[in-house]
Amino acid sequence: MMLGDISYRVKVPFILTLVILITASVVTLALTWRAYEELREEAFHNAVEIGSVLSNSLPNAMLHDDLWGAYRLVQAAEGWPGEASSRLLVVLDRDGLIYVSNHPRELAVTTPLRSHGAELARVEVEALRLTGNLDPRSYEHKNDQRLYVILPMLTDGVAIGTLIVGYDRSLFWPRFISIVERVVMSALVVTVLLLPLGWFLGNRVVSPLGQLAKCMSMVGHEKPEEIVCNLRLGDDEIGQLGVSFQKMLLELEEKEQLENNMLTSERLAAVGRLAAGVAHEINNPLGGMLNALNTFRHYSETDDLGRETFSLIERGLQQIRDTVSALLVEANPRSHSLSPKDIDDIRTLLLPDVNRKGIELVWGNEITDNIPLPSTPIRQLLINLSLNAVQASNEKGMVQCLVDSKNGILSMRVENEGPEIPKARMMHLFEPFADGATGNGLGLWVSYQLVHLLDGKIKVRSENGKTRFKVELPIGERM
Amino acid sequence: MTRYTSIRVMLAVCVITVLSVSSTSNALADGAKGYRIGLTSVIFAEGTSFVNDWRIYLANHLQAPVEIVQRRTYREVTDLLLAGDLDAAWLCGSPYLRHRDELELLNVPLFKGKPLYHSYIIVPSSDTKTQKLTDLKKKVFAYSDPDSNSGYLYPQLSLISLGIDPKHFFAKTFFTWSHRDVVKAVADGVAQGGAVDSYVWETLAEKDPELSKRTRVVSKSPEYGFPPLVIRRNLAQQRAENLRNVLIHMSSDNTGSKILQRLNLDGFVVGNEALYDSIAYSIGIVEKGI
Repeated sequence: MMLGDISYRVKVPFILTLVILITASVVTLALTWRAYEELREEAFHNAVEIGSVLSNSLPNAMLHDDLWGAYRLVQAAEGWPGEASSRLLVVLDRDGLIYVSNHPRELAVTTPLRSHGAELARVEVEALRLTGNLDPRSYEHKNDQRLYVILPMLTDGVAIGTLIVGYDRSLFWPRFISIVERVVMSALVVTVLLLPLGWFLGNRVVSPLGQLAKCMSMVGHEKPEEIVCNLRLGDDEIGQLGVSFQKMLLELEEKEQLENNMLTSERLAAVGRLAAGVAHEINNPLGGMLNALNTFRHYSETDDLGRETFSLIERGLQQIRDTVSALLVEANPRSHSLSPKDIDDIRTLLLPDVNRKGIELVWGNEITDNIPLPSTPIRQLLINLSLNAVQASNEKGMVQCLVDSKNGILSMRVENEGPEIPKARMMHLFEPFADGATGNGLGLWVSYQLVHLLDGKIKVRSENGKTRFKVELPIGERM
Repeated sequence: MTRYTSIRVMLAVCVITVLSVSSTSNALADGAKGYRIGLTSVIFAEGTSFVNDWRIYLANHLQAPVEIVQRRTYREVTDLLLAGDLDAAWLCGSPYLRHRDELELLNVPLFKGKPLYHSYIIVPSSDTKTQKLTDLKKKVFAYSDPDSNSGYLYPQLSLISLGIDPKHFFAKTFFTWSHRDVVKAVADGVAQGGAVDSYVWETLAEKDPELSKRTRVVSKSPEYGFPPLVIRRNLAQQRAENLRNVLIHMSSDNTGSKILQRLNLDGFVVGNEALYDSIAYSIGIVEKGI
């Protein structure tokens, strides 16, 4: 698993821990360095103190060649047995040979310091180099086991030997360990405190993203309007993401709507062309047949059975013609222009049905002047829609009809509170003989064709217990 | 590593200085009827508590005040005795013999039932090669005191009798001014060899085996007269007798026995000068040199 695949719920606390660890390491380094510096300073001061304590007795012992006395002095200066410090004290005589040391076994009396390893050889070089300089001086070499302080032993201002005090660098370890322990403890405490916070922060980042990811995965499988996403909206990045996502959903929904509308209108257009074509093809022979029948009736004598048969055929053909002409919607160019009264007439037409069902009819006719649109198709349109509304309405329901003319557009709105139109039916609502249609199944088809003949738009919405048809017709110089 | 430690170092240095100079004030005025006895490192127990117990014991039995005087070197004690500042002193055979005309044997201690002891040549126990004194050529050697028979005279004699000049035999020599410190110097490795009183070494082996175990006895000298208690010849006869009697009877009383036990000695006897003839011979040889 790559780092990138790990959840932010884990990553954020992990990064916090990492930051704490890095901080702790840096702090440890800084403190360690400081502790080491302190150790060096302390060693130097300590050595200078020892030097000053021994400055009388040790040179005196050397002057009188009292080796045992000198040994007892360096032994006493070594520190108490069991003490953590392990000072190395070496006294060199003027020739650089070991006069005495507190580790006589290893650093035997009268042997040259350089015969005891490279480290002490360097110290000897440094000590002898100091001849002439009578101040204490510290000496340090990396990888050496000890830090050294070199103190000339003076009698009467003349160096008669050198005291070398070595401090084991391992003295530094207990301090280092205590620093590390303290830093580790603090880091642990901080980590323990911050981990839940990291988890919380991680969650805060992740849960909207997770939600978003879930919602995203639904896009394409489910309809945009059915995707419910509780994304936090706001101005921060995640909030913006939420806003954008909701916007995207809306746009998707609109696009789908648009596609559906296009599909529907294309389909209806195709159906319309087919219907018109079929109607023409039927109408021509039908007209011929009816003419022939008529001629035959006038010029031939038949018995009763024949007459009855011809009459039956004529009625059947007539019915075909009615149906076909109903399919073949055509605007009647001869109709007069629309007047306010045309609208009010329709109200009167509706009243018997309205009263029978006890429906409350809200009628709004905002038209004051004649409108240059053919009255016949508009009247038919409005009758279709409003009668449908009354039929669809429940007993004692409410039906609204509003007709208005504004900005060169005649708009009609018909609304009822009956049962909503199921989604499945909505898809084929305007098609002729659609499933579930009431009446002859041509009312809405005709209405649709009329609207299109008038270059207008018809929209239907059925939601929240209301079904609304809205028709918009451009008022042009059609008349 | 702290200031605190430095103070301790300072204190330790002071203590050492005080111990080595040991300026015991003259508690007894000159001419008083008390006894002043000098002590050297010939004896094992140099501690203040022992010295005080012994002083009280002697004072009780002598019916007189007693002062014990300790000095770092045999010479200082000897000088005090010769100068009349002390009435008696516990010295090594060698200073006694050097001043035989002014000093007189008071008592000789009994160690393991005999008034005799040896000189031991010791090396650090880590040194398993050295078999004899001459193997220590060009090494660092620790003597106890220039006036000590076992801690100086005997190794000198041994070398001289082999025709070796002791002055140039060792790489370096030094004095620790105490037999016990010779053992410590050898044990710690400050010296690669040392000469020590057999009584001190044997007693250490019993009482502080940790220290004596770190050394190994390479060779033992012939028997010598045990370091005696001596008095000035001009000390009043009665006072000398009193002192001698008290010491001789120490082993027969409870408190005295306990003190002797601490000294790891069996008692005191009246000494015989002939005991020290061999030391006198050694002095003669060594003084003549090579």
